Amino acid sequence: MKWALVGVIVGATTVGEVLQAIGMRRHGEIRDFRLGALGRLLSVLVRNWMVVASVVAMAVSFFAYLGLLTVSELSFAVPVTAVTCVLETVLAKYVLKEHVSWLRWAGASLVVFGVALVSA
Amino acid sequence: MTAAGPITKETARLRWKTWACAAVVVASNVSGNYLLKSGMPAELPTPLAYITVLFRPEVTLGVLLLILWLASRLALFSWADLSYVLPVTSIGYVLVAIAGRVLLHEQISNKRWVGIALIMAGVALVGGGTAPQTYSRETTRGDRR
Repeated sequence: MKWALVGVIVGATTVGEVLQAIGMRRHGEIRDFRLGALGRLLSVLVRNWMVVASVVAMAVSFFAYLGLLTVSELSFAVPVTAVTCVLETVLAKYVLKEHVSWLRWAGASLVVFGVALVSA
Repeated sequence: MTAAGPITKETARLRWKTWACAAVVVASNVSGNYLLKSGMPAELPTPLAYITVLFRPEVTLGVLLLILWLASRLALFSWADLSYVLPVTSIGYVLVAIAGRVLLHEQISNKRWVGIALIMAGVALVGGGTAPQTYSRETTRGDRR
């Protein structure tokens, strides 16, 4: 049960965040943060299937995480789900074609090790 | 115009905007999760309990803050790299540990301090050492004013 939930969380988070990044990049940089513009933005984003799918995936991940917290300790749940950071950096390079320099690899790895130590 | 070009003014503008938005992402995530955790009962026995728990005041406020987290992160992704946002917003883990010490008087062991140092080093490497945006803007359809 515990590991099934971890699988759902890691899978849904990874898919959700990558879709979110692709969907928002296609939209382009948000420059106008006034209320009216944000309202118009919302009406555009609800028709962006990638953004909608990403929110659904994040919701699946959120409820699975609530479930995981009821069957395991926070010190297990936090580091095990932080693994998505490295997984998504790989996808950022190959799917999103980002320039992932050695500084970013080092940074992402340090963060994952750090999270494991902080939560242990 | 490409992000890799030597447009220092544009790079600086994007970096400040990224840091400001990342601060909102981290603050809303940490406070939202804290409220959610403190308002959550020990058990959620039935599927219905997952829904009814949302109507506890602390949980409701926590969920609202997590909606702000989602919105600010969507904004951040509209210009910043995924491989930049993920490590940089991980500073939230450090804030949770510090908040536990300050608010709940939890002990921070040596192992945890090492973890905090590693996370901060990772955030500094990515946040200070790399530009927020590395892909070409020609590939996006964004508004260019």
